[in-house]
Amino acid sequence: MRELVWLIPALPLAGFAVLVVLGRRLGNPLAGWLATLMVAASFAASIVVWLGVRAASGERSSTQRLFTWIPAGGFRVDVAFLVDPLSITMALFVTGISALIHLYSIGYMHADAHFTKFFVYLNLFVFSMLVLVLGDNLLLTFLGWEGVGTCSYLLISFWFEEEANASAGKKAFVTNRIGDWGFMVATLFTFFAIGSVRYADITAAAPGLATSTATVIAVLLFLGAVGKSAQLPLYVWLPDAMAGPTPVSALIHAATMVTAGVYLMTRVGPVLAAASPWVPTLIAVVGGLTALFAATIAVAQTDIKKVLAYSTVSQLGYMFLAIGSGAYVAAVFHMITHAFFKAVLFLGAGSVIHGMHEEQDMRRMGALKRAMPITALTFGAGSLALAGIPPFSGFWSKDEILLGAWNRGGFVGRGLWVIGVLTALMTAFYVGRMVFLTFFGQARWGDAPAHAAGEAERSAVEVDDGARTEHSGQASVATAAPADHGRPADQGALQPHESPWTMTLPLVVLGVAATLGGALNLPVARLRTLASWLDPVVGGQEIATSAATATKWILAAIAVVAALVGLGAAGVLYLRRRFADQPREPRVLARGWYVDEAVTAFAGGPGRRLFDGVAWFDRTVVDGAVNGVGFLVRGAGSGLRRAQSGYVRNYALGFAAGAIVLVAVLVLRGVSL
Amino acid sequence: MIGAVVAQVGGPVAPIDTPRVVWHALTPLLVLLGGAVVLVVVASLRPRRPRIGWHAIVTILVALGAIGAVVPLWRDVHRNGPFSVMADAVGVDGFSLFLTVVICASVVIAALLLDGYLRRESLEGPEAYVLLLLSASGGVIMAGANDLIVMFLGLEVLSISVYVLAGLHLRRLRSGEAALKYFLLGAFSSAFFLYGIALVYGATGSTNLVRIADFFARNTLSDERLLLAGIALLLVGFGFKVAAVPFHTWTPDVYQGSPSPVVAYMATGVKAAGFAGLIRVFVLALGPYRLDWQPVVYWLAILTMVVGAVLAVVQTDVKRMLAYSSINHAGFILVGVQAATRRGVSSALFYLAAYLFMVGGSFGIVTLLGRRGDGRHRLADYEGMGRRHPVLSMLFAVFLLAQAGTPLTGGFLAKFYVVQAAVEARSFWLALAAMVTAVISAFLYLRIILAMYAGGDADEEASTSEAAPPGRLRVPPMARLALAIALIGTVGIGLVPGPLTRTARDATPALVSGGR
Repeated sequence: MRELVWLIPALPLAGFAVLVVLGRRLGNPLAGWLATLMVAASFAASIVVWLGVRAASGERSSTQRLFTWIPAGGFRVDVAFLVDPLSITMALFVTGISALIHLYSIGYMHADAHFTKFFVYLNLFVFSMLVLVLGDNLLLTFLGWEGVGTCSYLLISFWFEEEANASAGKKAFVTNRIGDWGFMVATLFTFFAIGSVRYADITAAAPGLATSTATVIAVLLFLGAVGKSAQLPLYVWLPDAMAGPTPVSALIHAATMVTAGVYLMTRVGPVLAAASPWVPTLIAVVGGLTALFAATIAVAQTDIKKVLAYSTVSQLGYMFLAIGSGAYVAAVFHMITHAFFKAVLFLGAGSVIHGMHEEQDMRRMGALKRAMPITALTFGAGSLALAGIPPFSGFWSKDEILLGAWNRGGFVGRGLWVIGVLTALMTAFYVGRMVFLTFFGQARWGDAPAHAAGEAERSAVEVDDGARTEHSGQASVATAAPADHGRPADQGALQPHESPWTMTLPLVVLGVAATLGGALNLPVARLRTLASWLDPVVGGQEIATSAATATKWILAAIAVVAALVGLGAAGVLYLRRRFADQPREPRVLARGWYVDEAVTAFAGGPGRRLFDGVAWFDRTVVDGAVNGVGFLVRGAGSGLRRAQSGYVRNYALGFAAGAIVLVAVLVLRGVSL
Repeated sequence: MIGAVVAQVGGPVAPIDTPRVVWHALTPLLVLLGGAVVLVVVASLRPRRPRIGWHAIVTILVALGAIGAVVPLWRDVHRNGPFSVMADAVGVDGFSLFLTVVICASVVIAALLLDGYLRRESLEGPEAYVLLLLSASGGVIMAGANDLIVMFLGLEVLSISVYVLAGLHLRRLRSGEAALKYFLLGAFSSAFFLYGIALVYGATGSTNLVRIADFFARNTLSDERLLLAGIALLLVGFGFKVAAVPFHTWTPDVYQGSPSPVVAYMATGVKAAGFAGLIRVFVLALGPYRLDWQPVVYWLAILTMVVGAVLAVVQTDVKRMLAYSSINHAGFILVGVQAATRRGVSSALFYLAAYLFMVGGSFGIVTLLGRRGDGRHRLADYEGMGRRHPVLSMLFAVFLLAQAGTPLTGGFLAKFYVVQAAVEARSFWLALAAMVTAVISAFLYLRIILAMYAGGDADEEASTSEAAPPGRLRVPPMARLALAIALIGTVGIGLVPGPLTRTARDATPALVSGGR
């Protein structure tokens, strides 16, 4: 049954192709149904292949070669799919969650003018993501990597009529290029060092690599992962990426694409193992710091999607902490549970936003549990999972990661464990704050405009809700743009309502998954299903836990207490008292430690000067060297402008100077021989 | 026979040995030349401007005929190996045949664009096509030249036609300026080239590449300075033709001033011919001296890539931007040349072939968007293009992204192969510089794309169109065909690179004496 693996990416690709050609004719909602069906079929194919892998005796890893992509003598790259427990696990949860989110989008996007285009992009995204996880070599993964990136930019700026959304797309693009560069160079290095870019060959050759080579490759790949998975310092694009439609945030910027970095690191684990010991430490520290840093920012956000965005950055940090600690199973486990509970949270937030007629500011919500019971219930389940309350799924996976960090030992390991627990506390706090502000307390959605001019509003991070909150007094601005894609902005007739079944069904399914997902890998010898399933792939690189059972219990208890304290503090602060106009959160956190401002200030001030300096360097030194002899002949003071003056005599002079240098260089070589 | 006559009349004069001409080996060249002659004769007999663009059609048929003539030769070379004809002055090998096809294909694209352009600008027709064919024949000569004198002849035939083509637009001052500059600097560079030939002849005793290679195999020079100076001067001559820094200064001015379809040909066909000569002379004949010239080409490549990319970014005129970007591309191809390996040569060939489509397409769009007068090339003129001409803008975006080296386009693999060749030749810093400049130049392409899609809000557009109503944009059918070919080439090579990769790999240059 494993031969059917080609179907998994082929089905979304077929959906994409059909929608490109016939999308307009199918229209709304048929195009959405077709797209959903294709992804669901792909999920079914994944299940079939999964059963095939389970049934396979002996070697669980197999490759299906479709055709040779790049033939070039010693360098050959095939379009081939790698079927092993890791890739099929990824395929299962990517297609499963994608199918649900496709279904949800039919309801969410029903009034959008670009309904079909949305599903075209979405199907293309699923295809690219599947190429990324199923590809049997780095280059194919890179292809998928670029593909999901492209879809991400397109979907972030999906409502490009608003300037902020378009610029958020650009930000994501630019930031990701840095990471992509690392990936590209790493691929070349890999080829040069190993002679192949196939994972199978890399795994086989990794132990024999020189430490320095492995270090360079690992660091460059990690750079790629940092960009894609929004870790410090390249995380800035992800919060802004929330400008895209909410299903996109759920699918791409929470559940699937941003975990690609974690997948990549897991895949090349043997290379990490062969690298210098400081590389895993670096990964763990970056992950831990990102987790804590993003959690502090999430504490003070007022936009519900922003809270979730920073939370995603923070949770991805956990996964890198696990990778760096050698707890690969925990990383994959948390990737899956996180996909469940973050998807349900985003979709729930989308349902709230939908029900509240495009309101995203939590200060204008409250008491929604009565108006939207299903949403509230599923959102609550996701929240408890995120907060790490047992028995919800997030508890189990986070516990594994903290255990991994503890198990690392030493000052760094223990320090990271403390950071992890602190993060868990803050996570529970912001989760509680978000749930209480949104679903409990008093309804604050009747009297919204009164708040609009307050000091508090200015602290809202401006990217996607800025236009709406700051100018909500100016009706023309607020209503003109959203009208295009059916976002009614009429504040007066606000009446929250529950969403249609296409939206609530995915919520319920994902809510159940978020609740029970921990059962995938319970910390009991016989129930470590995921660990034993992934063992053929990651077993060799996994660092075994040495902690005693009692230690494990104590560690888990500390984490649970931290989570409960966080939730309790949030309850005290946000549930009991009437919500005040004055923001209670430190402003420095609300503005995300002023990172964006710092970047802007840097780019405008010293950065500008730096780039001016570089430009000067180009003009004077680089080009000066080119025309150097010409400069001397003509005398100083004629800059490059003069060099490109348009006068043929100047050109000829530069030309002659170049010729003289060339002759001199070559002839002098002859003399020295 | 003549020798015999002379011997009867005067004293003992050695008979002149006229080489045997193997006509069938020259068919592509003969088709091009014959087509040019027929076209000029027929066009001057019927001076009235035709309603249908049959001048262009004939040109395209001639170019396609030349491509067709390559096919049996390719088979022959593939089966029986490469050979030389005309007393070893012209080589027939996979390399020369491959580039013959590239040059002829660039003629096809340029001719398709030229038809609409000449009508729009109300210019007289046939001579442009004749010159195009003649120039291409010069390029074909260069691709196969096994003798430095023949190489020089090819270079001049190629160049002189292009000088005239650059000044084709009689009423545009810039066009004349471009032609004059190109001509003056071209003549200047030819002088260097000729002097280089003389020095190499002085050092080795022959201008024939086969004999030169033979000479190196048998002898060791005690004093290499003469030869090395010759090598340097030859490099100057080729550097001018391929627009390598610091011999690039003419490029932005000439590209900006020349008619856009002609620029499409200059950037593809002329450049391919220049690299053909460079590779033949340096990698083949001067291969034994590669340790001497490789470092120079190494630095030329770095300078060319960096200057091309950096200066492209600061331009405000799209044609100048593309001119600098073509300089940057030349640097990339030099990276392949620098490797001086089979892999390096085939990567350069792949680059030239892939580049043909993306650059031909780009200048095709520029031709159309330049509007009547061929003057609207400021970046500001492209703002809001995405809304006004969505299809053209999308095509332009594809061509630009391909030039930036985006995966799934020909540009990606072209850059990849070149860098790969550099890595295999252990030129790591060169490979790194190539990747860095690829990133810098990506910024340039994105800048144009952003201008098309982001810039130009509705008010501004209204005001500019009031100031200078550009009229409705007409896309003539032939230009459509050209753009379609360019798009299929660009995307096709990206999706199914196998055939081109294999062909480029098989297209090895060879220096053999005689043969058939």
